[in-house]
Amino acid sequence: MWRIESARLIAGLARITGDVGAAEELAQDALVAALEQWPRRGIPPNPAGWLMTTAKNRAVDGFRRQAVHNRAVSRLARELPSAVDDRDRIDDAIDDHIGDDVLRLLFTACHPVLPMSSRVALTLRCLAGLRTDEIGRAFLIGEALAGQRISRAKKALRDNDVRFELPPREQLAERLGGVLEVIYLVFNEGYSATAGDDWIRPELTGEALRLGRLTADLLPGRAEAHGLVALMELTAARQPARLGPDGTPVLLQDQDRGRWDRLLIRRGLAALDRAGATGEPVGPYTVQAAIAACHATAGDYRGTDWTRIADLYEVLAGVWPSPVVELNRAMAIGLAEGPEAGLQALAANVDAPALADYPQLPAVRGDLLARAGRNAEAAEQFEAAAALTRNEQERVLLRGRAAAIGAGADPQ
Amino acid sequence: MRYIILLEGTNPAGPPPEGLMAGIMQLGDEATRSGALLDNGGLAPSALGAKVAVAGGELSVVDGPFAESKEMISYAIYDVRSKEEAVEWATRFVRLHHESWPGWEGEATVLKVFGPEDFPPQS
Repeated sequence: MWRIESARLIAGLARITGDVGAAEELAQDALVAALEQWPRRGIPPNPAGWLMTTAKNRAVDGFRRQAVHNRAVSRLARELPSAVDDRDRIDDAIDDHIGDDVLRLLFTACHPVLPMSSRVALTLRCLAGLRTDEIGRAFLIGEALAGQRISRAKKALRDNDVRFELPPREQLAERLGGVLEVIYLVFNEGYSATAGDDWIRPELTGEALRLGRLTADLLPGRAEAHGLVALMELTAARQPARLGPDGTPVLLQDQDRGRWDRLLIRRGLAALDRAGATGEPVGPYTVQAAIAACHATAGDYRGTDWTRIADLYEVLAGVWPSPVVELNRAMAIGLAEGPEAGLQALAANVDAPALADYPQLPAVRGDLLARAGRNAEAAEQFEAAAALTRNEQERVLLRGRAAAIGAGADPQ
Repeated sequence: MRYIILLEGTNPAGPPPEGLMAGIMQLGDEATRSGALLDNGGLAPSALGAKVAVAGGELSVVDGPFAESKEMISYAIYDVRSKEEAVEWATRFVRLHHESWPGWEGEATVLKVFGPEDFPPQS
């Protein structure tokens, strides 16, 4: 119940109090009251309404004792009628604004005055309903630090007098970019979790997916909101196939595509269609989702439409210039037009000094060299990549490829 | 983690009340918007289906309708963080039937779909 209702509850309280921090604390207090009272008195017929009413009552009760609620309460006192438990009236007031309120909450939690780590913590706390200890476990930072990030975020919002409102139209695209960045960071944190981790880490991909779906639903006209959902659904679809039974990563080319999640692929492709239907110009998330869609719809690695992927990387380089994008483009060209063409693109377009510490540069070069039959050079590159990576499992994988080629095995 | 919820029940005579259909739409919208509901669908009466079974050493295919008093009504696939959350959605759905269709009886079965969290790594 809490998980489902917390975002709406906090959003509704924030609209009334104008202060996300106070709203979050009021909602917490109400939850504690519920955990005390419901087991004894039974669950009320309208639990969400009960929480909202209780939160408002608490605000008034705690008026003198809790200085932190001062600002909130001064506004509440003006709004509050004598019959606080007029549940229907309160529910109506909340329901009228619910979508906008949750959207305001999202933009406030991801406000640019906050450092990224605080945006992430506050978003998971207020929008996804995670407890502070869960956030601490999920990001391997411990409960104390997670709590610190959240309380600092609340303070920063107050100190900077950030109002609980939607960004002005001319800033909406940029601010949405900030929101999507937070969601994608949460997704990648979960996706990078390894098999031995606490289950809550991989579950971050689920949190990010749900937040992304929510955002796209609240801003249906924004291509990139749908694009990010598509990218995450299509990437998550590969999750069941990306680790071997011993927990080591399996390369895309070796993955058992029968284990890919068809439901998520279908949803990802539908989200990509919605991004296209907005008529907005494509952005980085939508283009990356289109690339992921090429993989998702290909029967196998060789049968993938590498020409289209190389073209999409070119589009991506246009909207999001990055040496990593050029590197991926070179790999796609190598698979579309042959390894030598890929090596040429790599030499011509990839800013090698910028990627000096990036293990994927020698790994891709090694892959292309192996495909060209230049095994000795390829083995050298795989060794170089193995020396650079900080991921132990990846190192094992790269050393294995170097050894296989060195031993004269089939480079493919 | 993923759960599938199967709803079965016995409908009173007559068409379902309008309020129920509106409520189902609203609840479905809400669950979809929150990102939790991945897929769902209503199920046609078993008269349009069949059953493939093995019993007493024999494989048989029998066309519906089946003799059971309850009919399967719908399925829904949820992506949630806990079993409690899946149960909460199922409860809302069943309560909606209970409150808007006098005489309706039925049950929702909440089943977990195996996921990576169910398979700890072999070391």
